Amino acid sequence: MNAFSESLSLAAGLVAHLDAKLSGIVLLSLRVSLTATALAALVGLPIGAAIAVGRFPGRHALTIVLNSMMGLPPVVVGLVVYLLLSRAGPLGTFGILFTPTAMIVAQTILITPIIAALSRQVVADAWSEYREQLTSLGATTPSAALTLILDTRFALATVLLAGFGRAIAEVGAVMIVGGNIDGVTRVMTTTIALETSKGDLPLALALGIVLIAIVLIVNAVAQYLREWARTRYG
Amino acid sequence: MADAMVASGLPIVCAGIGVGHNGARLLHGIELTVERGACTLILGANGSGKSTLLRVLHGLAAPSGGTIAWGGSAHRPAGQAMVFQRAVLLRRSAAANIRYALDLAGVRGSEADARIDDALTEVGLRALAARSARVLSGGEQQRLALARAWALRPEVLFLDEPTASLDPKASRAVEAIVRGIHARGTTIVMTTHNLAQAKRLATDVVFLQEGRLVEQSPADEFFNAPRTVEAAAFLEGERL
Amino acid sequence: MRRRLLAGLAGLFFVLGAQATTAQQEFIVVSSTTSTEQSGLFAHLLPLFEKDTGIKVRVVALGTGQALDMARRGDADVVFVHDQAAEEKFVAEGFGVKRLPVMYNDFVLVGPKGDPAKVAGGKDILVALQKVAAAQAPFVSRGDKSGTHAAELRYWKAAGVDLDAKKGAWYKDTGSGMGPTLNTASSMNGYVLTDRGTWLSFKNRGDLAILVEGDQKLFNQYGVMLVDPAKHPHVKKDLGQQFVDWVVSPQGQAAIAGYKIGGEQLFFPNARG
Repeated sequence: MNAFSESLSLAAGLVAHLDAKLSGIVLLSLRVSLTATALAALVGLPIGAAIAVGRFPGRHALTIVLNSMMGLPPVVVGLVVYLLLSRAGPLGTFGILFTPTAMIVAQTILITPIIAALSRQVVADAWSEYREQLTSLGATTPSAALTLILDTRFALATVLLAGFGRAIAEVGAVMIVGGNIDGVTRVMTTTIALETSKGDLPLALALGIVLIAIVLIVNAVAQYLREWARTRYG
Repeated sequence: MADAMVASGLPIVCAGIGVGHNGARLLHGIELTVERGACTLILGANGSGKSTLLRVLHGLAAPSGGTIAWGGSAHRPAGQAMVFQRAVLLRRSAAANIRYALDLAGVRGSEADARIDDALTEVGLRALAARSARVLSGGEQQRLALARAWALRPEVLFLDEPTASLDPKASRAVEAIVRGIHARGTTIVMTTHNLAQAKRLATDVVFLQEGRLVEQSPADEFFNAPRTVEAAAFLEGERL
Repeated sequence: MRRRLLAGLAGLFFVLGAQATTAQQEFIVVSSTTSTEQSGLFAHLLPLFEKDTGIKVRVVALGTGQALDMARRGDADVVFVHDQAAEEKFVAEGFGVKRLPVMYNDFVLVGPKGDPAKVAGGKDILVALQKVAAAQAPFVSRGDKSGTHAAELRYWKAAGVDLDAKKGAWYKDTGSGMGPTLNTASSMNGYVLTDRGTWLSFKNRGDLAILVEGDQKLFNQYGVMLVDPAKHPHVKKDLGQQFVDWVVSPQGQAAIAGYKIGGEQLFFPNARG
C-alpha cells in the first residue's frame, strides 16, 4: 500500500503545482482526443443514423460488422495507420507521422465505429417510436433522420463522451503513430507506459490517477446531462 | 389557401383490401368507402384489424392485395393527419412541435405563428406554449397532438384509439376537440374499442371481426338495429 | 440551437487550426533506442544542441532493430544506436551515408543480492554467464532485436552456452524494452544484462544489485548515421548533418561527458578527432 499512498501525495503535488510539463502532457491528450471525437462524430453520426433508418440489403450484416468494429484493438489500428503514414507508405508524402495529427487520425479511426454503432442504436430506438408520426407528417426519410439526430441530442452526447473516454484512455495507437516524442507527441497514456518501463512506478501511478480523474469527470458530466435532459425535456 | 391547390383525397375507396404479415392475415377483402364529412368510427375487439385498416387508409401501410384510391388517385395526397394512441412529440416546446409540422407542410412565418396560436387556443394549451412538450401530462400531450393535426387544416384526420391511455376527464376533453374539428369540416376516421365513445361521436360505424369487415352502417342503424348477427352479438357482449 | 452548432464548428476549426501552426521551428527526427532515451541523455544533450543551432530534435525511441527499420522506411533523418554490425550493414545497404562512432557506455550484469549462481565480483562476463546457466538461475532477457539483446546473445555464444538446447524455465524472454525487462527481473529476483545508464535511473530495483562489471567485453559502442538522401530525398540532409557534426564535435563530446547520474558519468565520448 506504500506505493499507493506515495503516488497519491505525488499526484496531489503535481496537480497542485500545475507542473508545466504535466499540464503540457494533459493538454495534448485533451487536444488529440477531443479533436478525434469531433471528427469521429462528423463521420460516425450520419453513418449510424443512415443505417438506423435506411432500408437496404445487407443492413443487418452491416450492423453486426459495425458493432464488432467497436472492439478494434488500438495497437492494430496504430500499426495500420503507421504503415499508411510511413514515408514508405501510400500517404507518406504528407509527412504527418510522429505528429499529433497522426495521433488524431489513428484515434478518429478507432472511435468512429463506436460512435456509429452506438448512435445507430440510439437513432434506431427513436425511429421505432417516431417513424409512423413523422411519415404521417410528410417527412422524407433523410429529413426524419436529421430530426431524430437533433431530438436525441442528449443521448448522442453521451455516445460522444463514451467515444472520448475510449480515445483518451488508449495507448496502443498513439504510441505507434506518435512515437512518444518528448514535448511533441507524449500524452498521458504514453507517459505512463514510459515511466512504468523506467521503473518509476509512483510517478506512473500518479499520472494514472490524473487520467482516471479526467475519465471520472467525463462520466459525471454524461450522467448529469442525461438526468438534466430527462427532467427538462422528458 | 394552400388547400385549394391540393387535390382532394376524398372519397377514400377500398376495394378488396387484404393485408398479410409474416404468414398471418390481418385483413381480408375489405370493401370500404369514406365519404366527405363523415365521422367514421372503426369498432372491433382487440386484434380485429382496426389499427391495420386505419394505417392502410392513411397510407402508412401498403396492402398486399386489392386497391385503395384517395379521391380517385392511387397516391396519398397531403392534407391528411394522424393522431396515435400515445402522442409522439419532439423534445421541444409545445409550440415548436406544431411549428415543425407546419414547416414540413410548407407553412412558415407569420402564417405559421397565427395557426400555432389558434391551434393551441382551440385545445386549451395556449398557456403552455413554451413548455417542453414531453413533460406535459398524458392528456395535455394528446391535446397537443390534436392541435398539431388541426394546425395543418387536414381534409381527413385519422385517430388510433386516442383516449385509450387517458383518464375519463382527459378523454372527454379529447372527444370535445375531435367534435370541434369535425364540425369545422374535417372528415374523421377513428378506431376505438369504447362503445359509448363510438355512440357519442360516430356518424358512421365500420365493424371489424378477425380482419373482415362485417358491417358498415350509419351510426343510428348500427347501434339500434344492426344488420348482422355478429354486430348484434358484439353490441350485446359490450352491454353486459 | 443552430447558433450553438455554428459555435461548436468554429471551435473545432480553431482547435485543428491551432495544431497546424505549432510546428514551425526547424526540426529533425532521430531514431534511437529506448535504453538511450531512458538513460536521460537526450534530455541533457538536446537542449544544448538546440541552443547552439536552433534545431529541435524529435527522438523516437525504439529497439535498435526497429530504429534501423524505421530509418530504412525513411521515417527518420538520423540514426543513433549501439550495434556496430547492424549499423555497418545499414550503410552497406545504402540507407546510411556514413557511420561515425560517438561514445560508449557499458553493460553490467545485475542480479539478486542472494546470488545463487555465485557470480558477484567476477571480472569476466563469459565465466559469469556460464555459472548462471549451470546453476539454472532465473535469467531475464529482452528478446526484442535491440542492441542490448544482440550483445547478450553474443556473450552467451562466446561463453559456449547453447541457449536453444539449454532453454528451460530459467531463461525468460520478455520481448520488451530495458525498463520492463528490469521490472520483470526485479519481481522474480532474476539475473539480467542491462546498460549502466538504464540501471542508474531505474527506481524499482527490489533486491537486485550490480554483480559483474568492468569487463572490456561489456563496453557498448554507439554510432550515428545520417539517413541517405539518395534513398529518401525528403530527408532533412543539412539539418541532419548538423546534428551528426555536432555530436562528434568537441562541444558535443563535452556535453556527452558532462551527463552524470548521482555524480557518475554514464557515457564516454570516443569520436575520432
